[in-house]
Amino acid sequence: MPDAPGLELIRADLNEAHPDAITGSYFEYGQACLICDPAKIRDVLAWLRDTPGQEYTFLASVHGVDYLPAEPRFGVHYELLNMARVERIRVRADLDDPGHDKLPEIPTVSDEWPTADHQEREVYDFFGIVFTGHPDLRRILMPEDYVGWPQRRDFPMGGEPVIFTNTERDVPGWYA
Amino acid sequence: MSDVEERLRDDEPAEDESSRTSRPSGAPLNGAGNENTRGSSPAHGRDIVARSSAEVIGTSVIERTGADESLEMEQELMTVNLGPHHPATHGVLRLLVSLQGETVIDLKPIMGYVHTGIEKNCEDKSYWKAIPFVERMDYLSYFFNMQAFVGCVEKMLDLEIPPRAKYLRVIHMELNRLHSHLVWLGTSALDLGAMSMFFYCFRDRDRILDLFEMSTGQRMHTRYFQVGGVFEDIPVGFERKVKAFTQEFPTRIDQFEALLTKNEIFLQRTKGVGIVDRERLKQLGVTGPLLRAAGEPWDLRKVDPYLAYEDFDFDIPIGTVGDGWDRFRCRIQEMRESVRIIEQAIDGLPEGPVLADDRKIVLPPRHELSTSMEALIHHFKLVTEGFRVPPGECYYPIESPRGELGCFILADGSAKPARVHFRDPSFVNLQSLRDMCVGEYIADMIQNLAMLDPILGGIDR
Amino acid sequence: MEVKREKIRASLPLDEPDPNKALHVRQVRARDLLRGDIEGVDLEKVVEEAVLTTRLDKVLNWGRANAVFPATFGLACCAIEMMSVVSPRYDIARFGAEAMRASPRQADMLILSGRVSIKMAPVVRRLYDQMLEPKWVVSMGACSSSGGMFSNYAVVQGADKFLPVDIHVPGCPPRPEALLYGFNKLQRMIRGNPDIGWRTRYSAHGTEEWARDLGKVTDEARDAYAAARDIAEAAGPPVSGSPGTPVDVPGPPQERVAVPSKPERDAGRFI
Repeated sequence: MPDAPGLELIRADLNEAHPDAITGSYFEYGQACLICDPAKIRDVLAWLRDTPGQEYTFLASVHGVDYLPAEPRFGVHYELLNMARVERIRVRADLDDPGHDKLPEIPTVSDEWPTADHQEREVYDFFGIVFTGHPDLRRILMPEDYVGWPQRRDFPMGGEPVIFTNTERDVPGWYA
Repeated sequence: MSDVEERLRDDEPAEDESSRTSRPSGAPLNGAGNENTRGSSPAHGRDIVARSSAEVIGTSVIERTGADESLEMEQELMTVNLGPHHPATHGVLRLLVSLQGETVIDLKPIMGYVHTGIEKNCEDKSYWKAIPFVERMDYLSYFFNMQAFVGCVEKMLDLEIPPRAKYLRVIHMELNRLHSHLVWLGTSALDLGAMSMFFYCFRDRDRILDLFEMSTGQRMHTRYFQVGGVFEDIPVGFERKVKAFTQEFPTRIDQFEALLTKNEIFLQRTKGVGIVDRERLKQLGVTGPLLRAAGEPWDLRKVDPYLAYEDFDFDIPIGTVGDGWDRFRCRIQEMRESVRIIEQAIDGLPEGPVLADDRKIVLPPRHELSTSMEALIHHFKLVTEGFRVPPGECYYPIESPRGELGCFILADGSAKPARVHFRDPSFVNLQSLRDMCVGEYIADMIQNLAMLDPILGGIDR
Repeated sequence: MEVKREKIRASLPLDEPDPNKALHVRQVRARDLLRGDIEGVDLEKVVEEAVLTTRLDKVLNWGRANAVFPATFGLACCAIEMMSVVSPRYDIARFGAEAMRASPRQADMLILSGRVSIKMAPVVRRLYDQMLEPKWVVSMGACSSSGGMFSNYAVVQGADKFLPVDIHVPGCPPRPEALLYGFNKLQRMIRGNPDIGWRTRYSAHGTEEWARDLGKVTDEARDAYAAARDIAEAAGPPVSGSPGTPVDVPGPPQERVAVPSKPERDAGRFI
């Protein structure tokens, strides 16, 4: 992993190349993370891949996180890997919840990084984050006509209550 | 009919007797003459590989393949639905295949038929209780799922596990790798028609499950790894049985090879089929034996060692071409290397405890509960509430039999994880199925799917 | 000279409820049969009752039980243990069930092995509908029996919710021997031998939650329910409910409408 000073160097270089793209960075458990503005995510990832000193050419994972009740609510994590030096860096795009019927949006990276195709669909399926420009954004693991974004924190877990002897009366007619 | 002649010419198998001899591990497994085998000319859709998926879905079939317009008159497009209930889809995978005659023009995998909501369910359970959930994702490599989760939690807690626990974890994980490859071999050979391989592989798989049952009590889904080490020490006869197993297993692998590697039908079906080049695989995020068969020496056990892997001497088998034959050979060789690792691990098994000492995280041993008050309180807190993990995020990748299995945990300071996500290798590897199959025959698609080794539990989670 | 024989048969109904007279009826019928006096519909009825019900049905059921073609529905982890049931060590071929048919049209038994997600449930139901009668369902593992450990939005809490299931095999995953034990139970069920339920073994009849004779509530069931209701009312309102709300304690089961039952399927349902 790039260590903490290395992370700051990357952040400084990125700020020169794409000003205002990186809004924060942190280094914990030996892992480096850059926090990025969602509109600039394509530039940041392209810079990390193409710049001669960086060369993070492998996108290992794209996944979404719901930070409720913290703000901004959603984060899309991009795990990058440099295979030559075996270094990993994480780029996190923080998205606000627009509220009511609108869904948060972020530009897709699936044309530059083909591995993000199914993974962005999964983030859309579970969190409702729309990847603008994705060729085929539809649900991947839930049924196509499912309503709701299951892995959001305010989505109920579902399932059935377990019936114990002392809760039998709360579930009338369970024996039928 | 000049393009038909072209296709016939391409169909001749290239002579490569060098690949039939057994090679020392680490050396390329295929001769260099394989590029001329069928499936590599542009008319078969190799240039589809370079185009983005947006173009491919939007444009018409004839444009995409560059097929001759005279073909349009002769054949029509047929869409076939394979699955989700199908004997050859290795689980409930649904494939929508567009065929022109017998050639695959387009392929769309539809998954989610065994989606269990494990990641969401883990948010409701404490870390200890989430281990059985997480185990059941990629249901053939359950020790690896456990290691990814438990390793991530240990990293966040900065918990050092005792060396005996590390070795025991490695032993069980490599046994699980053998088990997973045996099931893969049995079911793949069954798909390709070699039905007796199924019985041989499952016979040996039962011996591995006997070992698991001896040490952990369960055949599958053992809940053996705990945060801080391993649940229990191995019983008395275990080392002897593992040694006997490692003595005998290489002969079994020889038997499997003797059945398949000189089998003309198997060679014809796997050689030169499903080739995707290295760069494209890396763009697609593919890892594991698929990437290694294409020639990339990438194995997380070697490049980024975790647990006790740096103590062992083993090699990584690498292919050259990346066709089905290479993938088969890579996995067979990986089985031999796993046996080597297990031998070394069981010989060098250090003495000591199997669980870390930190009582705030690890359950105290039961005999202390009747004498020590602190142990009782720790036990109570750990069982009812669980240990707390300081807030933070961590991503921990390991090398599972299918590729890079990464676990991401977001902790919010409480006893339950706020988000658990698994970067499952099969989920990402499945994106390469399209590139492998387009332009080839539908029978090759079955073979490609078999050699891809998808596990739907991991894909769907 | 004509011998006049009295046709007593017409006055004796074939299904006689009174057990004392039933023997007499059967004896008379046997005598008439030997004499050759029974004809037409009555003869068919007698043959059907005496011969087919006892002999041919048994042969059929024996054949069905020993040559079951499973339609393997390998969904998740239990599928691996189901595959190992076919493997040489736990050989299901000993019981005649090694011919796993992929097509539901050719299969008799559906082994639901694995968790049924909500996306898969309609597919399973359609496959079950495509199977031809007679068909049986073995729900293997905890997940298909009851949802297992996954009590969440994505898993159907038991295949019972959309399929009739004959045998539930518990375990996560069940050992292959457990699946074989369940399969043996299914075989006994198919043969029509009801002596597989614990109620028979422990003489616990009368403890079922429904009336044994369809349409009638037995006296002991009624008494038992009355006693339970008394105890429940004496205990007061439940702790978990909100104070003051009347709790609907279930009364004795109502008289049920007689549902035509299929004897070969309901024989083993005393569990």
